[in-house]
Amino acid sequence: MKNVHLPDNTQDADRSPSGWIIIWRELVRDKLAFISLVFLTLIMVFVYGVSLFLDQKEIVTVDLFSIHKAPSKEFWLGTDYGGRDVFGQLIIGTRNSLSIGILVTVMTGVIGITVGLISGYYGGKIDNIVMRIVDFFMILPFLMIVIVFVSVSPKYTILTFSLIMTAFLWMGKARLIRSKALQERELDYVQASKTLGSPNIKIMFTQVLPNLSSIIIVSMTLSLAANIGLESGLSFLGFGFPESTPSLGTLVSYARNPQTLEYRWWIWLPASLLILVLMLSINNVGQALKRATDARQRRG
Amino acid sequence: MWKFTVRRIGIMIPQIALLSLLIFIMAKMMPGDALSGLIDPSIDPATIEAMRKKLGLDNPWHIQYMDWIKGVAQGDFGQSFRFKMPVTELISQRLVNTFWLSLVTLILTYLIAIPLGITSGRYNDSWADRLITGYTYVGFAAPLFIFALVMLWIFGFHFGWFPTSGSVTPGLSPGSFEYVLSKINHLLLPSLSMALIATVSTVQYLRSEIIDTKQKEFVVTARAKGASESRVYNRHILRNSLLPIAAFFGYEITGLIGGTIFIENIFGYPGMGQLFIESISLRDFSVVTSVVLIFGIASILGALISDIILSIVDPRIRIK
Repeated sequence: MKNVHLPDNTQDADRSPSGWIIIWRELVRDKLAFISLVFLTLIMVFVYGVSLFLDQKEIVTVDLFSIHKAPSKEFWLGTDYGGRDVFGQLIIGTRNSLSIGILVTVMTGVIGITVGLISGYYGGKIDNIVMRIVDFFMILPFLMIVIVFVSVSPKYTILTFSLIMTAFLWMGKARLIRSKALQERELDYVQASKTLGSPNIKIMFTQVLPNLSSIIIVSMTLSLAANIGLESGLSFLGFGFPESTPSLGTLVSYARNPQTLEYRWWIWLPASLLILVLMLSINNVGQALKRATDARQRRG
Repeated sequence: MWKFTVRRIGIMIPQIALLSLLIFIMAKMMPGDALSGLIDPSIDPATIEAMRKKLGLDNPWHIQYMDWIKGVAQGDFGQSFRFKMPVTELISQRLVNTFWLSLVTLILTYLIAIPLGITSGRYNDSWADRLITGYTYVGFAAPLFIFALVMLWIFGFHFGWFPTSGSVTPGLSPGSFEYVLSKINHLLLPSLSMALIATVSTVQYLRSEIIDTKQKEFVVTARAKGASESRVYNRHILRNSLLPIAAFFGYEITGLIGGTIFIENIFGYPGMGQLFIESISLRDFSVVTSVVLIFGIASILGALISDIILSIVDPRIRIK
């Protein structure tokens, strides 16, 4: 039998690559996800950059002399029923939709992670009670309850809107984190840390939490896409952003007028396509991240 | 099985109580009350005040809550101030329409999901599987309302194959053959749009279930015994993978409720979802609370049914 000489540059068996390197490899390997990531970055830079030079007030001001203009040199994507430039609204709308998507994702993340960690780490009675509450929230007709709260809340602002959304969206994350924390708390390092006398809070947030970071990143990415979809859906129905702060859903909502839907595609179609492409790209990146966290599915 | 069912119903009762309390709080947050609709210059404010007292609107909240629950239990949801008719009557017309829409959607969802899921799982990594996986990928990301708008734009307006609003052509007498045909014609595009999106998760589930089951030992044994390929699939694999899906229909109800709000508004279909949005825009709050309550209870019951069916199909759940 021949001796096999391994090349010297093989990896050390006892040093596995760090999480970020694995994620990066997976992203580069998955062409679609890589393109999506580049596209998302470009969109973000473009939208946040350009909107610095755009005046939101000017764009949403009604101009009666240019109602429902088709796309032209002056208005790249035509104008809506108030004579407002659709292209400008598209940029500002994308910015607003992305911002609120990120805000809601972060808020639901913080609440969901905290509740899930506490419930899963302590287990027992606390876990039982918390999970019953989560079950109840999950069964509520989300869309209707949010719409009711949006329309009765006395001082309605963007912040109220995102708070209402957050109040009925944290449960999924809590359930996920809880199930992982339940597994995690049985592991030796937690027991060891307990024996050494670390306070529970410290174990939960500085020792268990970092071990769940990859799952958290994946689920936050996927829910970012979902939240953008939800926000634009609510705005579409007229219970999201007010017209003075357009979101992508606001632009699509003009298509509820059959005339606009049938004859004036430039108002609603670009926004619709943009929502679709945004959600697809975020999902692509999310799926690649998901594979990176599961060694069996990795491609890179 | 009975033990599980009883315990499961035991969980449901506090859920319904909490739901009703939440809706009651929402109703109290809404401006106006049952009598705001009657206010008109010819009625003396003192009379209204007296009526308010008579209806118990000055009572403490827990008495009002009990009164409301008693009414709801007897099918009395109050008055709609916009339509000037009892909410019960108003809702019952709309509920029938939404029921048909949901039923057709559910049927289409399974009609699409089962063949696609089986093809995709049985011949995984073939071109057909890739096509189906691509569809589920896009369908998973596409928001329902955008997909429905595009469907309406293309098939309703551009090609004119389907009616673009309403639930039936006006002027047809109920019960006639044309009436039924027209109803179905109005249902097809909305329910197909909803089903094509709702089916995605079932297709994905079925595909991964079948791929998983394919490698199990009992399948290998069945093959080794000389069972034909179709017998292996029909008798061994599908029996394992299809039953849980049949049980999921209860959970689908929650999704359907969200879906009908969008679909009915886009297709101008006169059901509960449209009534809900109309009423909330016009601040007809007694209708709003009733619709939320009915849909809330419907999704709680849906989850109950699914859990019970699942426990019959899959004994492992009962033990847990």
